[in-house]
Parts: sequence; structure tokens; C-alpha cells
Amino acid sequence: MTRVTASPPIARPRVERHATGAEAESPHPVKIATERVSLFYGGKQALHDVTLDIGSNQVTALIGPSGCGKSTYLRTLNRMNDIVPKTRIAGRVTLDGADIYAAGVDVVALRRRVGMVFQRSNPFPKSNFDNVAYGIRVNRLASSRGDLRERVEASLRRAALWDEVKDRLHESALALSGGQQQRLCIARALAVQPDVLLMDEPASALDPIATQRIEELIYELKRDYTIVIVTHNMQQAARVSDVTAFFWLGKLVEVAPTEQLFTNPREKLTDDYVTGRFG
Amino acid sequence: MPAGGWRARLRNGDEVAHLMALLFGLTLALLTTLVAFELVVNSSLARHRFGWSFLTGQTWDPVADQYGAAPFIYGTVVTSAIALIVAVPLGIGAALFLAELAPRRISDALTLVIELLAAVPSVVYGLIGVAVLVPLMRQYVQPALQRVAGSIPVFTGPAYGVGYLTAGLVLAIMIVPFIVSVVREVLLAVPREQREAALALGSTRWESTARVVLPYARLGVFGAVFLALGRALGETMAVTMVIGNRPEISASLFAPGYSMAAVIANEFTEATGNLYLHALVEIGLVLFLLTMIVNAFARILIVVTTRRGTAA
Ligand SMILES: Nc1ncnc2c1ncn2[C@@H]1O[C@H](COP(=O)(O)OP(=O)(O)O)[C@@H](O)[C@H]1O
Ligand SMILES: [Mg+2]
Repeated sequence: MTRVTASPPIARPRVERHATGAEAESPHPVKIATERVSLFYGGKQALHDVTLDIGSNQVTALIGPSGCGKSTYLRTLNRMNDIVPKTRIAGRVTLDGADIYAAGVDVVALRRRVGMVFQRSNPFPKSNFDNVAYGIRVNRLASSRGDLRERVEASLRRAALWDEVKDRLHESALALSGGQQQRLCIARALAVQPDVLLMDEPASALDPIATQRIEELIYELKRDYTIVIVTHNMQQAARVSDVTAFFWLGKLVEVAPTEQLFTNPREKLTDDYVTGRFG
Repeated sequence: MPAGGWRARLRNGDEVAHLMALLFGLTLALLTTLVAFELVVNSSLARHRFGWSFLTGQTWDPVADQYGAAPFIYGTVVTSAIALIVAVPLGIGAALFLAELAPRRISDALTLVIELLAAVPSVVYGLIGVAVLVPLMRQYVQPALQRVAGSIPVFTGPAYGVGYLTAGLVLAIMIVPFIVSVVREVLLAVPREQREAALALGSTRWESTARVVLPYARLGVFGAVFLALGRALGETMAVTMVIGNRPEISASLFAPGYSMAAVIANEFTEATGNLYLHALVEIGLVLFLLTMIVNAFARILIVVTTRRGTAA
């Protein structure tokens, strides 16, 4: 992936910031900031000048019709688009103030800090234990076997899965139900101790009860993690998020505290979308 | 397939295509059965005369009408084993490079070349073996091996150039392209989500390949190896040209030997007596069963992995 700087740093155009409750003095200081981020798949532009601040220890939901660039935006935050051939990004993404696309950034270390949960649960065809242990092992986080076991257990507890799998740690993860698999993937992501958790429609393939468990889990986790969740389910966004960003055709239309965005949006387009007039 | 299944399909419009496919399928199954039947019938004399000892007998003497197939079975097994030992690491390594590391354009170009190599007739590989490999082995490789590892019995004896080792290496050269192209396919069939999950957890590219992609694809990789083995076992021309064609068992890999396919090709037209003919056909039967088993195993492994690959 090549990177194009939108403009020389000194002459960077003033970026208008939306009020999101993520200002510096708030309890939710900016964790991730994107400034005028554009992303191209070959000649096709999927994101247009997206500027958005993501506050720490809260849930930011990305909503919008399918194909509007939600996943693409999410994947710029842990540089997952790097592995898609022929992508090009312009603009600036910072994590705790540091540019994550700067030359010399350790992408592997970045991805350890910014974990990801995917739309379709994708456990490895290994045991439950080995799934959660994977990230601990490749990143050499555990000091001993006992430590490894403790970390796996802690992650599974965090993901509210421990009680269901503690007696079948060494059975295949593929034997779990869909909802359990997704919570296993969350546990696997938590095991490497990220600060940020990106979730791309984590419940879209699950039944209502499994979905509810994931939503409760998200609510639990936001105390300790910064969460960005993509969803095309507006009720879900309304239930779990503190801030909601509405995307349309690769552009960020509006971002606001969730309640405000749903009840009193600034933009007509947002209003049309959240009231179900299109999309 | 349950009867209702194909009846429903017949009603649903593509009955002609379906019937044709069924017909061809049945023809193939019938042909295979016929081959097996012919092999069994035309080897009965040898079976009556020698029984199971045909497989263990080491004497192959048409003049005395004494036939034992052990030297050929041994030669086939040993040369195929050498071929696998050399070709499997090479082939998997190259496939990993093509599927995981090389940029797509380069990977596709190289794969095209490799697939062309797999289509070269085996007699050409045999010629390369005779013209290049045999002198090379005789003058450099075998003497060097003997100096370094001469205490191991497999690397002793005079360096003829032709023999088990050379035949195994020619086979290795022949099956590497095959392993590369099949393993590459299998690796590319690993779902993108698996790689992305590994990378998202802070794996390097190599860690995701070694710890996630390769284990995910391992059944398919085994399948590729068994398919390659099937080819090596049945390869006739190239082996005949470099193995030395001597029906004896030797511990030394430098020694000339013989293989099942090679002895059938060489002696079938000159086999005069009935028992001689039947003995050759029985070797054919053994080879047939061996390759069938190996290939069936390989296909099953590949089908299982590619199906799981798309379903996951
Ligand atoms: N790998 C890719 N190559 C080319 N175009 C892509 C790729 N991934 C996504 N796109 C396109 O980018 C746009 C945004 O896609 P995406 O971010 O997946 O949308 P969303 O997640 O909001 O449904 C879509 O038009 C999609 O077709
Ligand atoms: Mg999406």
C-alpha cells in the first residue's frame, strides 16, 4: 500500500471538527483521530476526506447503508487494508497522537494495540484454548505455561465465555455455536491486551439471544477499551453506542452523541436514514 | 445419491446434461473395473504358481521361468521415497512463496511456467536425466557423497551414474512442479478471514503463514503429496532411462535397480512364455492397486480440505 500525503504538513487545511463529546478535557479524550482520510481501491475511491475523532473508553458506532465504506474505514484503523492489493490511502490517522501510517511504524505492534473482531466469526480450526492462546504465543506475552493458562482464562472470562467452555478447553472451537464462536473471537482479541477493539458487524450472523449477549459484552468492555463497532442495525447502534457516525457513499455525513443523532440529527440525509426512508 | 435427488434433477430441465454426465461417469467406472478384471484374469498363472511369494521372491529369471517381483517393488518404493524426500520440501517451500509472499503478478507468471513444466512429456525428463544428471552424478555427486557419508551403507559402491538415486532425483524433478501447483491452489483456498484473523492478532506475515494458513491447509497439502506419490510410483519412461534396469535388490542407492513400471515396459513385448506374461501382468496388478489406493487417498484429502475451505 502506498501512501499519499494529502497536503504538506505545514499548509494542512483547517479541519472542521464535529462536536462529539470527545474533546480533550472530557472523560473520553481522543484515542484515535482521522483527518481527511481518503482510501482508494485501485481507481475506485471508497472513502472521501473522512475526519472523525474517536473517544477512549466509549463505543463509537459506524452506521450507513451497505457499501458506504464502514468496513473500509474500520480497517484503516489497524491498517488491515494494507494487505489488500492496490489500495492507497491519503490523510492522517493517529492513535494516541502518533501517526500510524508514518514511515517506520511497526504494523504488527499496532495491530496488537488495535484488536479486531470480524463479521463472520473466524476461529482457527484449533482448540478453544489454542485459539485464545494464539495471540499470546505469537506475541510472547506469557512468562510461563501457568501464566499462559491464566491469561487464557482471564480473556475467556472477560468475553463471558469461560463458564461455557471451561470443561471443553481442548475441544475444537468449530464445535461451538455461532454466538460462542464470536465471543471466542472476542476473547482471542482481548488476550493480546489491546487498547482498542474494532468490531465489524460482530452480531450480524447471530440470532437475537446471541446478539444480546454480544451487546451486553460490548457494554461491559467499554470501561476498559475503546470500541468502534460497525453495524447496519440502527437499533443496535442505539442500544450499544455512545457516539454514532453516519456514513454515506464513502463520506462521513454526521457524527454526534448517539441519542442526538437518532432523535435530532443535524443533516436531512441522516434524518432520512435513521427514520428508515432509505437504505 | 438418493434416487429422489436425481429424479428431481431430471425433471428440473437439465436432464440431457445430467444423463450424459452419469453415462460418462458409469463408463469410467466400468472401464476401471474392466482393467482390474483383465489384470486379475491375465495374471492367474503366476498367482497359482507362486502365490504370495511372488511379492517377496527376489529372483527374476525368465530362462528358468522363475519370477519374483520384490526387486521391482523395492525399486519403485525406493525411487518414489527419494523423490518425495527431495521434492516435498522444495515444492511446499515454492508454493508458500507463490501463494503467500510473491506479489500476485509474479506469482501468476511463475505458476504458469511451473504448470508448463508439469506438462513436459516424461521421456524428455528421461533424456535430461541421461544427458545431464547421469554424468553429473557419476563424476561429482556420488563421489562427493561417498567421501562425506561413505560410512552409511546407502552411499557406498561404485558410481555408475545410473541407479536408484538418479532415478529418484529425476522423479523429484518431475513431481516438484506438480506439488507446487497443487499446494499453491490449496493455500489460496484458505479463507481470507483466517489470514486476517492471524494478522489482526499481531502476527507477522510469516507467523500467519506458518501457524495458521499451513495448518489450515494441511490435509490438502498431504493430498498433493499423495497425488505426487501416485505419479512417481507409476512413472515409466524417465525411470527406465536412468535406473539401470537390473532386477536386484541393493542397499546402496548408487546401485542400478529396476522398477515395476520399467520392467513391464521393457519386457512385455519380448515375453514369450505364458507364465512370463502372467508374471508381468501381476506386477501390473500390484502397481495398479498401489496407485489406486494412493490416488484415492489423495483425492479424498483434497476434496475434504477444499470443501471445508469454502464452507468455513
Ligand atoms: N477489496 C476491495 N476492492 C475493491 N473495492 C472494494 C474492496 N472492498 C470494498 N470495496 C468497495 O468499497 C466500497 C465500500 O465497501 P465497504 O467498506 O465494505 O462498505 P460497508 O462495510 O459499508 O458495507 C464498496 O463500494 C465496495 O464495493
Ligand atoms: Mg462491511
